[in-house]
Amino acid sequence: MGLAGDTQEILSAKDIGVIACTRCTRAWPAGTTTCGRCGASIKLNNNKSLQRVWALWLAGLMCYVPANMYPMLQTRTLLQVQQDTIVGGAIELVHHDAIGIAVVILLASVVIPLGKFIAIAFLAISVTKRSSMSNHQRQLLFEIVEAIGRWSMIDIFVVAIMSSLVQLDTLAAINPGIASLFFALSVIFTMLSAQAFDTKMIWDTSHERQGTTEHD
Amino acid sequence: MVCALKHAYNALMNDVHTLSPEHILVCPQCDAAYILARPKTGERAVCTRCHTVLIRNKHEAGIQIIALSLAIAILIVAATFFPFLTINAAGATNSASLLDAALAFSDGPLMILSLTTAALIVVVPFVRVILTVYVLSPIVLNRTPARGAMGAFRLSEALRPWSMVEIFALGCAVALIKISDLADVSFGSAFWMFAVLVFLVVIQDNLICRWSIWDSLETPKKS
Repeated sequence: MGLAGDTQEILSAKDIGVIACTRCTRAWPAGTTTCGRCGASIKLNNNKSLQRVWALWLAGLMCYVPANMYPMLQTRTLLQVQQDTIVGGAIELVHHDAIGIAVVILLASVVIPLGKFIAIAFLAISVTKRSSMSNHQRQLLFEIVEAIGRWSMIDIFVVAIMSSLVQLDTLAAINPGIASLFFALSVIFTMLSAQAFDTKMIWDTSHERQGTTEHD
Repeated sequence: MVCALKHAYNALMNDVHTLSPEHILVCPQCDAAYILARPKTGERAVCTRCHTVLIRNKHEAGIQIIALSLAIAILIVAATFFPFLTINAAGATNSASLLDAALAFSDGPLMILSLTTAALIVVVPFVRVILTVYVLSPIVLNRTPARGAMGAFRLSEALRPWSMVEIFALGCAVALIKISDLADVSFGSAFWMFAVLVFLVVIQDNLICRWSIWDSLETPKKS
């Protein structure tokens, strides 16, 4: 029953002189800085928002390096003390024939974080330059980043569960390594970076160059 | 059922000055502007540009959300203190509760991580359901909104990405398999509570229509 909407006809709030609250979506006349309904301050999709995205992105990347270099987990058994980094731990799992778990850990701790850094950087660049990707694809990419990014935290929870559970005095003990702190910080910074990105920018810039990209 | 939305363009053609901002519905994702049309019960209003669901009018959603929220609150409290997992290796036994897991990083600089984990898996989910009940109860009962309801709902929404119970649940599964060749693992009562909790959190979150709640807070007693 939806309108057979031609995309050309859809106007953005910006075009008709209103601005929507980023928290509760209530529309206000352009230039309003504080939402009269929920009290949130209304973000303008300008360079400031992109600067926040980049600053948090960089902080996340800086934390991601030590997260991979230092040990994530220290396993002490009767015979030996073993320190594993994220990747080292996954390789260890493969040696124990737990390939499925190794894949989950590698996905959550390596592929998703790296993919997220690339995706956010791409989106932030794409709103200032012309992009080969359509608006719909970029919107989808952002939604995937937001939905999946949180799942990187799984490695921290695994470390937490294992180190609280495996405390068998002399027999065996598992303790968290310093990398867990850096990893958690990296995930938190990238989540904040994605949140700082205003998806309206994806649709806004395309409107300005409507003459060149007729259909999206 | 999808409720038809008129593009703001149509209104502009007629008379832009009669269109006050409160009659405009803006898509939070792509900023497309529409003339506000309230969907009937069972209908949804969907953005025609980016296909985000803008308004979802479900029958009796409010009371269901409150019921689920209360159940979640009880389960969180119970799952936090009862033993979660127990391991057994060569006569040595150790069991951990959710709180123990959250506080596993308790030495030195890792202390911050302990507090963060506790917040992500216990405090944030708990605070969110309490705020939801506080905001929704007066609305469902057709009373004036509770004091500070706007701020409470705003906080609840800001906390949404930071509630990570479902991620913790998958973390449990991974940890179980990792530990299983080191020791025997058995489930405590809290484990099953937590399993139910994860489902309820997901269902509750999908029932909530943000736009409707904001709307009810702004114009109470309209029904």
